[in-house]
Amino acid sequence: MTAAGAGPRSTGRLVAADVRVAFRGPSRGAPPTVALDGLSLDVAGGEIVALIGPNGCGKSTFLRVVAGLLVAERGRVSLDDQAITEPDSRIGLVFQEPRLLPWRSVADNVTYPLQLAGWSRGHRNARLAELLDLVGLTGAAALRPTQLSGGMRQRAALARALALSPEVLLLDEPFSALDALTRERFNLELLRLQERTKTTVVIVTHSIPEAIFVADRVLVMTPRPGRVAAEIRIDAPRPRKLELLDQALVSHAAAEIRTHLQVGEAVA
Amino acid sequence: MTTPADLALGTPATGRPSVGASLGELWPIAAAFAAFVAAWQLIVIVGGLPVYILPPPGTVADRFVSGWSDGTIAPHAWTTIVEVALGFAVGAGSGLVAGYALARFRMVERLASPYLVAAQAVPILALAPLLALWFGPGLLAKVIICGLIVFFPVAIATMVGIRSVDRGLLELGRSLRASRRQVLLTLEIPAALPSIMGGLRVGATLAVVGAIVGEWAGADKGLGLLVNLARGSLFDIPLLFATLATIALLGIACYLLVVLAERHLVGLR
Repeated sequence: MTAAGAGPRSTGRLVAADVRVAFRGPSRGAPPTVALDGLSLDVAGGEIVALIGPNGCGKSTFLRVVAGLLVAERGRVSLDDQAITEPDSRIGLVFQEPRLLPWRSVADNVTYPLQLAGWSRGHRNARLAELLDLVGLTGAAALRPTQLSGGMRQRAALARALALSPEVLLLDEPFSALDALTRERFNLELLRLQERTKTTVVIVTHSIPEAIFVADRVLVMTPRPGRVAAEIRIDAPRPRKLELLDQALVSHAAAEIRTHLQVGEAVA
Repeated sequence: MTTPADLALGTPATGRPSVGASLGELWPIAAAFAAFVAAWQLIVIVGGLPVYILPPPGTVADRFVSGWSDGTIAPHAWTTIVEVALGFAVGAGSGLVAGYALARFRMVERLASPYLVAAQAVPILALAPLLALWFGPGLLAKVIICGLIVFFPVAIATMVGIRSVDRGLLELGRSLRASRRQVLLTLEIPAALPSIMGGLRVGATLAVVGAIVGEWAGADKGLGLLVNLARGSLFDIPLLFATLATIALLGIACYLLVVLAERHLVGLR
């Protein structure tokens, strides 16, 4: 993928309009659970947006809709004006757990999407080197997932999501299982990686500092049924450094996010 | 008769089976075998048992060697091996397909499982004469009997294995737009393999049981028939024991073949 200059890219614009998702009740006649209702957002190409909200507000459900794994009852999600109704190779997804195939090596896990897409072994190997370099796993290609640390597993999952050079990268609390220090480093690496690929990123997180540190915009979601309650723009220059986390800008933004989260809870 | 649980010896399917054990690990096995032979000899001497009740181990060993060298056992053994191989292939093959269908299609499970369990509840010994009547004294009846007995453990193990495939991995496959065939080959089969191999281990030894039972119900050749001949018209009890030893060795060989295959497929992880 060629790196575009400054400013928004022409591709990779993700739009969700008035999305509603409801799950059937536990028994016949029981009212359905409405996970999302009236959720709209517009993410520019190359932008990083963080979604933050209380547990069970439908953040992960929304990512599933964007990934084409779940069809919205109402509303529409589109990538570059094409509706998303089924999984799309232009969208890469990183789950909360690494979800690596335990019987495959790191190399075969990372190139799994390429194998499914019908790439030849030669092409796969060429791409593999780039991907491992991108996530800092060079040298671990032959290892099995059980031989990796939690952080390395998530790197492999990230490399796998990037294998087909997606326009959009969806991250579902990708670093929640890591310790705080590793997590900070991963956030930094995620930004460095995005700097190189210029991928549009939507990251779901529970961590306010993480959201502020990585995102251009933080979207605060309401409790179920989820929709966007507030938008906080983070006007910190890029490339961002960890010292940013100590600045006043961050504490202001954090206070604002907290206010919106609490308002949401009071309503619920 | 041994139960499937008795036959599922050794390391669990997920572990590394120790087939290529080193010499250091082999000596306890050799010692146990020596103790078994010594106890056998002792029982013969102390009990004063005649050869037609319990021949001493030396006599059985002699008859085993002569039986193989004079061509008494070999043709029967060959017949049984063919029955076991074909019966296992048919039973395991259909068990794999049925197990997958049971796991993935609710309708199949609802309709078929009562019949499967009922068929399994009827002892194969009771069913064998009927099958021999229908399919004649030749190879076909044995392959069917053998296949029936192998089918059940393989089908159940496959069903359990496929059902327990991590839903997260299946969702990953869907997000990567894997075709049904790709999901089967790259996710479901590898994930279910340890369980499937467990079923095949049980099936491999049951295949020998199936072939012998089939031969008892009517055959003109085979180790099961030779057991009857040695006890009856030939009245050669050492030969009877030598035949039993051959059957046991055949069972062990089948089991080890599956364990080797398992080590090749699963042990690599």
